[in-house]
Amino acid sequence: MLSIFFRRIFLAIPVLFAVASITFFLIKLAPGGPFDADKAVSPQVLKNLNEAYNLDASNWEQYVDYMSNLLRGDLGPSFRFPGRSVTEMITTGLPVTFELAFYAILIALLMGVFSGVLAALKRNTFLDFIPMAIAMIGICVPTFLMGPLLVLVFGINLEVLPVSGWGQLPGDKILPSLTLGFAYAAYIARLSRGGMLEVLNQDFIRTARAKGLTERMVVIKHAMQGGLIPVVSFLGPAIAGLLAGSFVVETIFQIPGLGRFYVEAAFNRDYTMILGTTIFFSAMIVFFNLLSDLAALWLNPRSRDSS
Amino acid sequence: MNNNSLWSDALYRLSRNRAAMFGGFILILLIFCAALAPWIAPYSYSYQDLNLGASPPSGEHLLGTDILGRDLLSRILYGARISLLVGFVATGVALVIGVSWGIIAGYMGGRVDSIMMRIVDVLYGLPFIIFIILLMVIFGRNLWLLFGAIGAVEWLTMARIVRGQVIGLKNQEFVLAAQAMGVSNFSMFRRHLLPNILGPIAVYATLTIPQVMLLEGFLSFLGLGIQPPMSSWGTLIKDGVESMEEYSWLLIYPGITFTITLFALNFFGDGLRDALDPKTSDN
Repeated sequence: MLSIFFRRIFLAIPVLFAVASITFFLIKLAPGGPFDADKAVSPQVLKNLNEAYNLDASNWEQYVDYMSNLLRGDLGPSFRFPGRSVTEMITTGLPVTFELAFYAILIALLMGVFSGVLAALKRNTFLDFIPMAIAMIGICVPTFLMGPLLVLVFGINLEVLPVSGWGQLPGDKILPSLTLGFAYAAYIARLSRGGMLEVLNQDFIRTARAKGLTERMVVIKHAMQGGLIPVVSFLGPAIAGLLAGSFVVETIFQIPGLGRFYVEAAFNRDYTMILGTTIFFSAMIVFFNLLSDLAALWLNPRSRDSS
Repeated sequence: MNNNSLWSDALYRLSRNRAAMFGGFILILLIFCAALAPWIAPYSYSYQDLNLGASPPSGEHLLGTDILGRDLLSRILYGARISLLVGFVATGVALVIGVSWGIIAGYMGGRVDSIMMRIVDVLYGLPFIIFIILLMVIFGRNLWLLFGAIGAVEWLTMARIVRGQVIGLKNQEFVLAAQAMGVSNFSMFRRHLLPNILGPIAVYATLTIPQVMLLEGFLSFLGLGIQPPMSSWGTLIKDGVESMEEYSWLLIYPGITFTITLFALNFFGDGLRDALDPKTSDN
C-alpha cells in the first residue's frame, strides 16, 4: 500500500511540473499583452506596467521566476484586479466551491447508492426500472439544462426556492447542489447497480447467507463492500467533472466560487489568473485521483492482502 | 465464424432491440433534417421579423420566435447542423488518434507499450476541460480548433479499448501467419488487425458522440464554444436561459431537442454494444 502511495506521488510531481510549464508557455503564445485591451495606454505607462509585472524580462527569466514563486505558493498578481493576488482569489473562491461540491457529492452518493443497490436487489422489477430510467434522464439532461429547468420550476413558477446566490437567502444552496449532484447520482446509481449485481452472485455471498445472516447484514456488510468499489474508483475522476460542473452551476446561480472566477478570467483574458487556477485545479485533481485509487485498492481484499 | 455472419447476427439482434431501433430512427431523422435544413426550414436562421420580437408558438412560427424575431424552429434545424457536425467530426478526430495509438501500443508491446499507456494514464488524470477552455481563450473561438481540441481529449478511452483488443489478437494464428509472410507493420494494422476490432470501435464511437456533443454544449453555454451568428443547440440553450423568465419556450424547445438527441444516441450505442457483444449485456 505505502509503496504504491509513494510511487504515485513521485509520478505526480513531474506531471504537475509539466502541466505548469506547458500552461505557462501556452499563455505566452496568446496574441496581445494583458494590458492592451479596453483603452490604449501611453507607451510610458505600458512600459512601467510591464516593468512592475516583470513582463519586460525574457520568457525564460519569467518562467524561472514564476516557477520559483510557485514553489512558495505565490501565484503572482491578477492582471485584471490590481492589488489582488491570484493566491488570494483562489483562497476566497475555494471554500465556496468546496462546499458546493461537498453537498453535490453527498446528494449524489445518497441518491445514487440507495437507488443503485435497491435496483440490484429488486432486479427486473418496478424498483429496478424506475430508478434506472431516472438515472438515464440524469445522464442525458446536461447540467447546463437541468439547472435552468430547476430554476424555472422551483424558482420562477412555484416560487419556493431562491433562483440565485449562495448563503444569502435561506434555501439558496439547495438548487445549485441538486443541479450539480443529480448527474453524478445517475452515474453512481448505474455503477452501484452493476457492481452489486456482480457481487451478489458470488460464492462468499452464498456462504454469508448459508451462515444464516439476515439479508440486511449480507447486503450491508458483505455485498456492499465489494459491490461499491466501482463507485469509489469513480469518485476521483468525478472530482474533475464536478469542477467543470461548478463552472456551469456557479455561472447559472451566480455563486462567487472558484469556478465562476475561472470562467470570468477566461473571458477577461486574465492570464495569471488562468495560469494559477489551471495549475491549482490540476494539482487538486491529481490528488483526488490518488485518493480514490488508494481507497479502491484498500476496499478490495485481494489487492489489500497482496501488497 | 466468418465476418459476414458476425455482422448479420449483430444486425438481427439490433433490429430486435426496440429502444435501439427507436434511437436509430430518431438519429436518421435528425441527420436528414440537419442535412436538408436550408430546404425544409420555414425561414432562414438569420431572418428577423422585427414586428414580432419574442412571440410564443403560433401557426406561423411553430415553435415561436426569439427576442430578435427569428424563427426558433429554423434556428433549431440549423443548430442541428453545427451540433451534429461537432459530434461527428470531433469523434472522428478522437477515433483516428485513439485507434492508431491503441493499435501501435498493443501490437508493439514491451517498452513502447508501457510508455504509451503510461502517457494515457497521466493524461487521464488531468483536467482536460480546462485545457480546452485555455486553447479557446488563447487561439480564439474557432470551429476547427473546437473539433481538434475536443477530439484530442476524447481519444484516451478509445486507445485503451483498442489496445486491449489488439493484445488479445496478436498471438492468434492469422497474425503469426501474416508476420511469417513478412507483412509490413502498416498493412498488419490496416489489413489484419483493424477489421477484427471494428465492432468495439463502432460501439465506443457511437457512445463518444453524445459525450462530445455535451462538451460542445457546455462550452457554448459558457460562451466559449460556437460564436454568433452561428448557433448550435448549446448556444440556443444559453440564449434561452437568458430570457427564460418571460419566454420559457426559448429554453424548453432547444432543451427538449438536445435531450432527445442524447437519449437516442445513448440508446442506439447501448443497443449496438449488446448486439455486437452479447456477453456484456447483463439482462
